[in-house]
Amino acid sequence: MKELICIACPRGCHLQVNEETFEVKGNTCPRGAVYGVNEIKNPVRVITSTVKIKGSDINRLPVKTDKAIAKGLMFDVIKLLDDVVVTSPVNIGDVILENILGTDVNIVACKKM
Amino acid sequence: MNKHDLVIIGGGPAGLSAAYEAYQAGVEDILIIERDNTLGGILNQCIHNGFGLHRFKEELTGPEYAGRFIEMVNKTNVQVKSNSMVIHLTNDKQVHYVNKDEGYQVCQAKAVILAMGCRERTRGAISIPGDRCAGIFTAGACQKYVNMDGYLVGKRVVILGSGDIGLIMARRMTLEGAKVLAVCELMPYSNGLNRNIVQCLNDFDIPLYLSHTVTDIIESDGRVSKVIVSKVDDKLKPIKGSEIEFDCDTLLLSVGLIPENELSKEAGIVIDRRTNGPVVYENMETSIEGVFACGNVLHVHDLVDYVSQEAAKAGVSAAKYILHDKKDKGRLIKLTNGNLIGYTVPQKVRLDNVDDSLGIFFRVRSVMEKKRIVVRSNDKVIYKVMKLHLAPSEMENIKLTKEQLQDCGDEIVIAVED
Repeated sequence: MKELICIACPRGCHLQVNEETFEVKGNTCPRGAVYGVNEIKNPVRVITSTVKIKGSDINRLPVKTDKAIAKGLMFDVIKLLDDVVVTSPVNIGDVILENILGTDVNIVACKKM
Repeated sequence: MNKHDLVIIGGGPAGLSAAYEAYQAGVEDILIIERDNTLGGILNQCIHNGFGLHRFKEELTGPEYAGRFIEMVNKTNVQVKSNSMVIHLTNDKQVHYVNKDEGYQVCQAKAVILAMGCRERTRGAISIPGDRCAGIFTAGACQKYVNMDGYLVGKRVVILGSGDIGLIMARRMTLEGAKVLAVCELMPYSNGLNRNIVQCLNDFDIPLYLSHTVTDIIESDGRVSKVIVSKVDDKLKPIKGSEIEFDCDTLLLSVGLIPENELSKEAGIVIDRRTNGPVVYENMETSIEGVFACGNVLHVHDLVDYVSQEAAKAGVSAAKYILHDKKDKGRLIKLTNGNLIGYTVPQKVRLDNVDDSLGIFFRVRSVMEKKRIVVRSNDKVIYKVMKLHLAPSEMENIKLTKEQLQDCGDEIVIAVED
């Protein structure tokens, strides 16, 4: 039995996950059950950061992975963004980098700039 | 003097939601006055995700959440004055503001919504001893430098305070290549959300020192070079001999937020000493008729979703006031804080002005497991609910129906009981 705190929403349910049967207890919504199993099998996170933008009055464009990506890849994703420079105009949801690190995850813009 | 039906001070999440809902409720002449050059307020620098699960049923980043509301407001006839700073508010609802293009302007409003948000407590507010040198930032200021300007403010970081902004910045600085040596929290429990302890500290093996505080700052060449952290006893006094020395170049402070009520106070609005925000009635109306308050200027929220919800109520109430105000709002009921309750919002209820039910936000004063929230009036229990987990950092809410309120006397007491 593994004790976890669910991060699917700000409520932070205290979960108990059976490491063999992957049965989840303590969740108050279905998202918690999914999180509990994922966290044991393959923990994933949505990663947010910024990239350089030209032609806007602010220097940085906020971006995120459009899906959760393996937790172990967090620093590799951030490194990929170091040299990225985009030019205004950019819209919310515009793909900035495609299929990063051989996953089917994209980096997308979070702000109209 | 120019005139508007509704003037909203502040174009952050509270102001945007209030404007949208007031417009939907039939007010066409609405002006938002915003001091920054864009709408969205603090959400613009909150690039992490986790916003909007209640409001939009999906997980958004701060700029995306703001973007949704900006788009909703852009589709209305709501007017926006950005780069404009409100400098006075009078009790007869005159709003004085300045900007580069128009200079000094006075605007007469039929109704005003206060949505100015809050600001961070600084080193001075908590009197941290030690050298006064470069390298000491509030966590929110650091967040702006990193996320909007693109400057990493330090390489080796100690964070004081485990509020959500402090936790979020621990992760952000780590991802950008800084080493976060410690997060110190004066209280024996964290003031942040559990999920942020997990995904911001545990994910990166950042140690959290509970019952610890900063007792000295040592400079070298004008910049922080060491931060001394000490354990505190149960009276929160530092214990001699427990000092831990951290070699670092940066200290971030996440030690609380203060609602920005200078304008409210100037107008003579009654302020609640517990929330540091205006005392409000069931419809978010302050002690001045036709002046409403919502969001972090009213009380500091944990979730923007609740800010939007509260602001929507203020917007609808302002519309009601402008379009068809009833003078008689019914019998007055006072909400009183009982055992272990820190504050409630609203603080007062006028019975006839409640539609079907009344939502009450409140905070408890300590961390507790398995307790009941009990609402009493004239010693009669009118509502109770079991809570598995209660903490000061987690805002609670309950709903009372109009029937339940009708059964109450002139005072309702909310308390935590076994």
